[in-house]
Amino acid sequence: MPKDVLTFKRGGVHPEDRKFLSNKKAIEFLPVPKEVVVSLSQHLGAPAKALKAKGDSVVRGEKIGTASSFISAEVHSPVTGTIKAIQKVTLANSVKCDAYVIETDPTAEEVKWDDIDWRTKSKEELLNTIKDLGIVGMGGATFPAHVKFSITKGKVAEYLVINGVECEPYLTSDHRTMLERAEGAIEGVMIIAKVIEAKKIIVGIEKNKMDAVKHLRDVIKAKGYPITVQPLKMKYPQGDEKQLLKATTGREIPSGKLPLDIGAVVSNIGTCFAVYEACTKNKPLMERVVCVTGECIKEPKNIVAPIGTKIGELIDFCGGFKEEPDKIVSGGPMMGFAFYDLDTPIQKGTSGVISIKVENEAPQTSCISCGKCVSACPIGLMPTMMYKNISNGRYDVALNKYSLMDCKECGSCAFVCPAHIPLVHTFKYGKKMARRKK
Amino acid sequence: MRLKISSSPHFHSKNSTSSIMWNVSLALAPAAIWGVYVFGLRALLILVVSIAASVVTEYLLGLIDGERGLKQSTLSDGSAFLTGLLVGMNMSPLVPVLIPIIASAFAIGIVKWIFGGLGQNWMNPALGGRVFVFFSFTSLMSNYQMPKTLPALTGASVDAIGSATPLSYVKTSITNGLLNQSPSAIMTNGGYPTTDFAQNLAQTLHISPYAVDAFFGNIGGCIGEVSAFLLLVGGIYLCVKKIISWHIPVTFIGFFALLTWMFSGYRSGFGFASGEVLGQVFSGGLFLGAIFMATDMVTSPITKKGQVIFGLGCGFWTFLFRYFGSLPEAVSLAIILMNILTPTIDRYVVPKKFGYIKPVKEAN
Repeated sequence: MPKDVLTFKRGGVHPEDRKFLSNKKAIEFLPVPKEVVVSLSQHLGAPAKALKAKGDSVVRGEKIGTASSFISAEVHSPVTGTIKAIQKVTLANSVKCDAYVIETDPTAEEVKWDDIDWRTKSKEELLNTIKDLGIVGMGGATFPAHVKFSITKGKVAEYLVINGVECEPYLTSDHRTMLERAEGAIEGVMIIAKVIEAKKIIVGIEKNKMDAVKHLRDVIKAKGYPITVQPLKMKYPQGDEKQLLKATTGREIPSGKLPLDIGAVVSNIGTCFAVYEACTKNKPLMERVVCVTGECIKEPKNIVAPIGTKIGELIDFCGGFKEEPDKIVSGGPMMGFAFYDLDTPIQKGTSGVISIKVENEAPQTSCISCGKCVSACPIGLMPTMMYKNISNGRYDVALNKYSLMDCKECGSCAFVCPAHIPLVHTFKYGKKMARRKK
Repeated sequence: MRLKISSSPHFHSKNSTSSIMWNVSLALAPAAIWGVYVFGLRALLILVVSIAASVVTEYLLGLIDGERGLKQSTLSDGSAFLTGLLVGMNMSPLVPVLIPIIASAFAIGIVKWIFGGLGQNWMNPALGGRVFVFFSFTSLMSNYQMPKTLPALTGASVDAIGSATPLSYVKTSITNGLLNQSPSAIMTNGGYPTTDFAQNLAQTLHISPYAVDAFFGNIGGCIGEVSAFLLLVGGIYLCVKKIISWHIPVTFIGFFALLTWMFSGYRSGFGFASGEVLGQVFSGGLFLGAIFMATDMVTSPITKKGQVIFGLGCGFWTFLFRYFGSLPEAVSLAIILMNILTPTIDRYVVPKKFGYIKPVKEAN
């Protein structure tokens, strides 16, 4: 047995986890909404190409958008109904794209899913299914899964590391998935392992979820699968693939490279469940577990909701607001995006909808060079130097000397900054400006 | 409903600039109170005047800068209060009231504000103020008072010892040709007083009673520098609160102690590794400087590695200035010298980046 509890070494912060709000709440199903807004940009990469037009009727699970390039993904209708319009929407991450507005048919029959034994399928067939059913990474980055699982020639995926870390505060959707959908998720892990021909399989889970560790170990033992469940110390941003791989395998992804370059593939536990449903039931990715929580929500819940559900409906399902929130965040509070209205739909990557008050507010002062950001940065960058250079328009210095592009915007620096400087905001701006100058 | 839109993160730790500044002031409080206790109410007056001058200067300069009324003024961040407190703690209780006013005004106006205010100054403001008045009014600034916890002086020693700190007394004696005597022997022979408590403790521990008195603050000196013990308590508080890290104070004091032990014996005619360490370390404002002034975030390096270099440099210069300089003003000058080097250290000492190593194993 390896060491009991592992973690990564450099940097990291310890935000309060606040998971108690929803970690005891069993997953519930949202009644089918009257209307859903399904965008064609559910994933990282090029938006999908629309396959349907206004007025067409669609069936739940029917393909309505198709991958337009190599890094892109299929989109399926989560409901049975009619396409009312195709319109531009602005998503939480301020991406503007086309979206279907689908009116649900309340009289529609329940769609029946198949029952397939994935073991009878070859790995090419499985990979095709994953591509065809629109599976993307569900941890938040929404990288198309079939691209990740296609092992390029000459590379070997020695490790398959499953991400059950959920290091962001508040979020409990992966936690509940591991407790309530463990059997499916573990089958999904084995499917991915078959596709990428992994030799070692590790599931990384932070130790505030020891019940999930125990449950997964029981399930794995009962099935007799060669999977190690590895508890990890609590430290943000351990759920990032770089930190997770460092913690579980001790390997460091070189700057600008992918996990596959060090012989590993990382996949979120929610993705594994989606892969399982795709490969055994032929069910596309069109619904997901969303954690609707935060201090301002009356009754925080973990909800299975169709993709495209407006967040207002999710919040109503949770009894509405206890008090008016300052912010509603898509995803976790450290890396998530702030919603600007309640009609914005959820996406394949929306793991949480968090209604919070702004806490620990203080006036922004000048940088006092305390170096807290430098100690917090898990990549070993100097956020204060990048900030000063970007503020003075020296994008090339920030880029070349201080490796701005290695910053993954995890927010650890801005979280600890006593001067309350919007560091991540500055870096996003700096990256944009540096790209423009090139 | 109005929703706030901003970039991530949407979650912030409890840190803030003002909480840092007020916590440092709080950590300084025990040593300042001790100073007032042993030197009397005049010490309190000096502290109050220094703080008031510093805060008023900050406020007035804020008005000149425009757009900043009392509401938006930078007073609430607590940095002006802290600078004033440090200036006051660096004054002898006997200085004329005008001196701390000049020092505070210089610290805020010249050292800090001219360079752009909080965070932009390259020299610790309080130290800048102190050094400015020290070299302007050297004799007034070197006029010290015995703490009331020491037995009263009698006879001839009043003139020789009364207004000197132990460091300057020893230094003067050695410069005047008193060789082959350790510093504590010089002090004993000169009739420098000690407390009974120190005598007893020194006998059990086999150390010099002057070291004990210096540690607990029963020596002459500046208001805030005398009690190394209470400064250490404040320093530990700041370390526990994660406001400062151990790197600068430990390397600073440690390297100075090492050099003192190895080389300071030579000037009295002793050989290698015969220096008296404890008395030197506990006096002369070393603890105040190492824990509270050298760790000033603005003027010390950002990285831990840089901070170690900074601390070593401070220790080295303190040693040189204290034994070879003409004045025992070592700590302030050493820190200022290293302040000047801080931007250079920050430029060259950068942390090792993640993923800038060769992959553990080539994938194929």
